[in-house]
Amino acid sequence: MTKIDSKIPEGKLAEKWTNYKNHQKLVNPSNKRRLDIIVVGTGLAGASAAASLGEMGFKVLNFCIQDSPRRAHSIAAQGGINAAKNYTNDGDSVYRLFYDTIKGGDYRSRESNVYRLAEVSNAIIDQCVAQGVPFARDYGGSLDNRSFGGAQVSRTFYAKGQTGQQLLLGAYSALSRQINKGTVELYTRYEMMDLVIIDGRARGIIVRNLVTGKLERFAAHAVVIGTGGYSNSYFLSTNAMSCNVSAPIQCYKKGAYFANPAYVQIHPTCIPVHGDKQSKLTLMSESLRNDGRIWVPKKLEDAKAIQAGKLKPTDIPDEDRDFYLERRYPAFGNLVPRDVASRAAKERCDAGFGVNETGLAVFLDFKYAIERLGAEAVEARYGNLFQMYEEITDQNPYKTPMMIFPAIHYTMGGIWVDYELMTSIPGLFAIGECNFSDHGANRLGASALMQGLADGYFVLPYTIQNYLSDQISVPRFSTDLPEFETAEKSVYDMMKKLMNVKGKRTVDSIHKEFGLILWECVGMGRTKKGLEQAIVRIDEIRKEFWSNVFIPGELDDMNPELEKAIRVANFIDMGQLMAYDALNREESCGGHFREEYQTEEGEAKRDDKDFMYVSCWNYQGEDKKPELLKEELVYEETEVKTRNYKV
Amino acid sequence: MDKNISFTLKVWRQRGPKAKGEFKEYPMKDISGGTSFLEMLDILNEELVGKGEEPIVFDHDCREGICGMCSLYVNGHPHGPEGGVTTCQLFMRKFKDGETITVEPWRSAGFPVIRDLMVDRTAYDTIMQAGGYVSVNTGAPQDANATPISKEIADEAMDSASCIGCGACVAACKNGSAMLFVSAKVSQLAILPQGQVERVRRAKAMVAKMDELGFGNCTNTRACEAECPKNITISNIARLNREFISAKCKD
Repeated sequence: MTKIDSKIPEGKLAEKWTNYKNHQKLVNPSNKRRLDIIVVGTGLAGASAAASLGEMGFKVLNFCIQDSPRRAHSIAAQGGINAAKNYTNDGDSVYRLFYDTIKGGDYRSRESNVYRLAEVSNAIIDQCVAQGVPFARDYGGSLDNRSFGGAQVSRTFYAKGQTGQQLLLGAYSALSRQINKGTVELYTRYEMMDLVIIDGRARGIIVRNLVTGKLERFAAHAVVIGTGGYSNSYFLSTNAMSCNVSAPIQCYKKGAYFANPAYVQIHPTCIPVHGDKQSKLTLMSESLRNDGRIWVPKKLEDAKAIQAGKLKPTDIPDEDRDFYLERRYPAFGNLVPRDVASRAAKERCDAGFGVNETGLAVFLDFKYAIERLGAEAVEARYGNLFQMYEEITDQNPYKTPMMIFPAIHYTMGGIWVDYELMTSIPGLFAIGECNFSDHGANRLGASALMQGLADGYFVLPYTIQNYLSDQISVPRFSTDLPEFETAEKSVYDMMKKLMNVKGKRTVDSIHKEFGLILWECVGMGRTKKGLEQAIVRIDEIRKEFWSNVFIPGELDDMNPELEKAIRVANFIDMGQLMAYDALNREESCGGHFREEYQTEEGEAKRDDKDFMYVSCWNYQGEDKKPELLKEELVYEETEVKTRNYKV
Repeated sequence: MDKNISFTLKVWRQRGPKAKGEFKEYPMKDISGGTSFLEMLDILNEELVGKGEEPIVFDHDCREGICGMCSLYVNGHPHGPEGGVTTCQLFMRKFKDGETITVEPWRSAGFPVIRDLMVDRTAYDTIMQAGGYVSVNTGAPQDANATPISKEIADEAMDSASCIGCGACVAACKNGSAMLFVSAKVSQLAILPQGQVERVRRAKAMVAKMDELGFGNCTNTRACEAECPKNITISNIARLNREFISAKCKD
């Protein structure tokens, strides 16, 4: 069996990163100019990496799927970014941020990576402020903080409800500066189709120019993917429409392990689904849980009356409201981590207490905050979110409680990487949401922005040099090499096959059907039976897709339906991987909840004896089950406990 | 509950940048008021694909009003007649039963049409590359709290920084001017202490690039401000003018 080497440096936890940096190999400035790096993606991870690598003197080729790097979906992150600054003097430290993240991840993440993440978190805030990111400040001129789920300190920095936007624009500005200097070449409206491997190392990519529809080849000494997560496998998620998993799946098929695909995050505060024509779900920031109280009616008859439209939520007196998070988790209340809050909502709705016409919603009520703070203060904090809610639902959250329900939001699983963020393919790196490394089985709020920027600004620019140091004498590759030829031909053949199906169903209709299977069987509550069924049904849907999809237009021209079809083909492969992993993991942890494995109180029941490992799936070919490899998780300096948010 | 409405959609179809475009009409039936404008276009596209036709091409991504990717000139207004929202946040309940809804791409020399309703906005990136940044390398800058910034300044900078780069200001302007976009970035960095060192160079470089790319001049009609989905004010333009004149005076 293949041995997994995560290359964790020697030494005590707190010294590992310093030791690594002191002893890693470097590339001298004159040699950097001779080395090319491809970075796919311009979100927080991709843009910050491309900019930093460009500043260091490497030649960077940066690709994005949208018309501008600034559109990447990191821009939609609302709430904030964590750092261990302890500006609020409430006892925060690097260790506490590390500990909360490990615990929040349900002891399924790699200790050394998480510690490093907490360590570099403070430098991220310094870097962003220096770029001119307008974080919120208090009247004394210092940076302001707010609280987020899963922590008992205020460590979240924010810029109104648009933190992701401001951080991304910071990274985008750094990237723009490098493009102007000529160190980074930018390619917009390009989508990665395949990875090119020469002599066992990642040396280039095949991309599709989305405007001309033509395939193009690019070579480099190393390839970095920062292409985000796979939430859109479910069709409905909070991700942007173009978010997809094609690049990671292609890398997986070329030998990169896919780690922990079953770990997906279901965000508790999204606007409930309405109708069957909906294209995506909208997230309401987790920060709302700071001041909003979540409840459903205590009495079943009240819930039924609300569902039937006979009672209004404001008709229910306080004593008949069940603030179930406060009831179940007194210590954290409405600020329990996302997975716990989502499952608790599902539990109430499954029991019949849901509050909209479908019974799939709970209330998030600001009445109490308005009584306590005044409507003005509430507006100052959440005004833009309330406005957004009203635009979408036509209801005024100042007067009636919001309705929310969990939705797929983020994926903790991703391409397996070692401590250096390198995948199991030498020369291929994965950063940001696209890798698996830091969040374990569940991500805490405001940690995605932290991880994306940590990887791009402060980790990859160091670790990639350790790989490139012995590549300085390798000349630039020609894209006429047979490896490029073969890769391009296989992509072209795949597209031709899709175009030639000429079936009867649209891409979206198949994607929706497939998404529902995932939501039912590989969603919030999973069972052995459901997962086994899912594997069969996914196979059927794959057959249906490849024999009955219809794509209008031409293959080598702009063709949005073909773009979607290619993505759906990869989503189907992804879904199957998720089902395999969820079936294999016979325990409940974080975002992965197997109904067979729960405590009497309905809490997740981990099995540390048998499952304290990272599942790494190794591709074996079409129609073959992938091989499962295990990276054992060793906690040297953390006491592994049952996650408890009650006391 | 939202009612269903029926209406006629009049959409601009254009094969490529040089091709001749034309309006095509599509009858739409029983669309729920809770459907977003882009979901309504999805419904139409599903119908078109079902009939073997090519769908209408339009830019869109986050569908929550923040990425700036969606555009569309709806009934004579960028992002539609509703104020303060992007097209993806526009809902069909804002339209009337029986109405004819006209949908066009951004029309401006700075943003050539790629296909149908999709336009090329790379000019915005090019302007940003000319100077829309603080020149600080990744590394170890001073502590984030070392320079206090008053809440008023931070909030004002945040208001300017809220620009999503969608291009509605250019589309709304009879001169096709990009002044609101440029001034928002210049203002954000001119207000903050971090932007001071390059303040003069930035204003000149970004304005020069904007002029070079064929955007028009500002004649204070305030159409940009009225149509901006993020309510960016023209006080930013006033600031840009001051920044630019004082920069030129230093030459």
